[in-house]
Amino acid sequence: MKLNFWCWFFLLPTIFFYLLFTGYPIISSIFYSFRNWSGMTVTYDWVGFANYKELLKDQLYWSAFFNSFKYTILVVPAEMIFSLVVAYVLNDFRFRGRGIYRTLFFLPVITTASIVGIIMVFIWSVQGPVNGVLEFFLNIKPLNFLGNKSSAMLTVVLISVWKDCGTYMIYWLAGLQSISKDIYEAAEIDGAGRSRIFIKIVIPLLLPIGGVIALLCAVNSLKVFDMIKTLTNGGPYFATDVVATFVYRNAFSSELGMPRLGYASAASLLFGAVVIGIGIFLNIIKTKIQKKDDF
Amino acid sequence: MKKSNKMPFKIQILKQGLLLALSFLWIYPFLWMIAASFKTKNDFFADRLGLIPKIITVENFKRVWTEAHFDKYFLNTVIVTACTVVLVLIMTAMAGYVLGRYDFYGKNIILTIFLASITIPLVTTIIPTYQVIKNMNLVGTKTGLILAGAGGAHVVFLMLFAGYFKQIPKEMEEAAKIDGCNFLNLFLFVMMPLAKPIATTVVIMETVWTWNAFLLPLVLTLSNPSSRTLAVGLYAFKGENTIDWTGIAAGGAVSVIPIIVLFLATQKYFVDGIAGAVKS
Repeated sequence: MKLNFWCWFFLLPTIFFYLLFTGYPIISSIFYSFRNWSGMTVTYDWVGFANYKELLKDQLYWSAFFNSFKYTILVVPAEMIFSLVVAYVLNDFRFRGRGIYRTLFFLPVITTASIVGIIMVFIWSVQGPVNGVLEFFLNIKPLNFLGNKSSAMLTVVLISVWKDCGTYMIYWLAGLQSISKDIYEAAEIDGAGRSRIFIKIVIPLLLPIGGVIALLCAVNSLKVFDMIKTLTNGGPYFATDVVATFVYRNAFSSELGMPRLGYASAASLLFGAVVIGIGIFLNIIKTKIQKKDDF
Repeated sequence: MKKSNKMPFKIQILKQGLLLALSFLWIYPFLWMIAASFKTKNDFFADRLGLIPKIITVENFKRVWTEAHFDKYFLNTVIVTACTVVLVLIMTAMAGYVLGRYDFYGKNIILTIFLASITIPLVTTIIPTYQVIKNMNLVGTKTGLILAGAGGAHVVFLMLFAGYFKQIPKEMEEAAKIDGCNFLNLFLFVMMPLAKPIATTVVIMETVWTWNAFLLPLVLTLSNPSSRTLAVGLYAFKGENTIDWTGIAAGGAVSVIPIIVLFLATQKYFVDGIAGAVKS
């Protein structure tokens, strides 16, 4: 009895904050989504499922919805493969300066996404250094990477990979360090080269942790906001608009006139439900892969 | 055996060259930003690629610091970050302690709920969170930012604490109990001092996260620019001064350099924390 009391007493602060800023908001989002409400008045109209019906027909919403997934599908493999290669090279204990390289590759992770986004707007702009280099070496006319409908998404993806890659490098390194050095040595004695060892031995051993990394990477990518807001604000012509920027525009920005909290809540809930569903689904797959590995 | 401890010289050189080039590209944006923040406007547009200013000027810093209120934004960010970190540390240490060390009624349900919340996007909760802060009359205040920032389950930190407290031997606890130590004193005077490495990791990671937060402070300071943090302040500055790129670079440098310095000084803790998150 006494133990139960103390345990729940220790959990109290966390539960209080959790209920106030996660539990309660989710429940009230559901109620908001049935309202026609600007948030500025005390009164509001109950509109039933009208917000959801409107959402289903809102092309801008679905374009944002699919852009969130497009972004994720592009980012996850790029980030995972690139960071694995870097981690593999830096895990080789014979390689000098590993610590310094690791620090440098990790640096973008700890810097503020919104600030990096703003700086990158210039770096990738028509006058910026990227175009400067292209002009110098290849004599190409300046390209408007972020302002062009066809290249904006890819540029955002590239910048995101650069920004977040370090996190996944650390994850992979944690996995690589759990592989015993003897395995490498045994394989080398058998005459296998570094790249063969990598494909035949290291990758299969890394599969379980790879599942966890993929899950975290996918969920984080679906949540993207800071980078898109500062790099393109969803433009040009909604080419990089994701659900988070769609919701922000409808709920908090004055671009569209009166804010529409009810409509934005419905939009965020529908998407949130899908993300949580995907999270659970990937988690099940992950557990299955790990079980298969156990025997 | 000795042979395998050395990499062939040619391969070493080749790999070093590749990585050196790649890591230069990697940190180029930061070098560029710092260089631009010391350049004059003419110099900036004349040499868009270069990393060495012709004339070093601190005018940009003076301009953003006083005219663009970055002095205020900086102070706001420091206050909000410090208070949020303290709150989060106390909460997660307490919760992680009981979750890692004891079996009690309802533990599994609580764990499942916390774990599931990793997937909830902030954008799903931001609208009611704004309303909660509004009903407390705290919109546009630092207190509002701190409370909302400390909200949520902080699953990574809970897991780090729980994992660490779990592996402390039972004997420690029993010895303390024989000495007449109750639950609270055991936690405060026996367990917490042992958990210093994890506490340090949590403090550093939460500092970086709060310092870098964008959506939450953006929404909560829309009506009151004077309580903006640096992340939001630079965004607003860019909105008002689209062509003042040396000013933007100086603002960016002011915002990012403290966090880079903190990271370089404490990176072991940070990297351990990140790695611990995926292992648990």
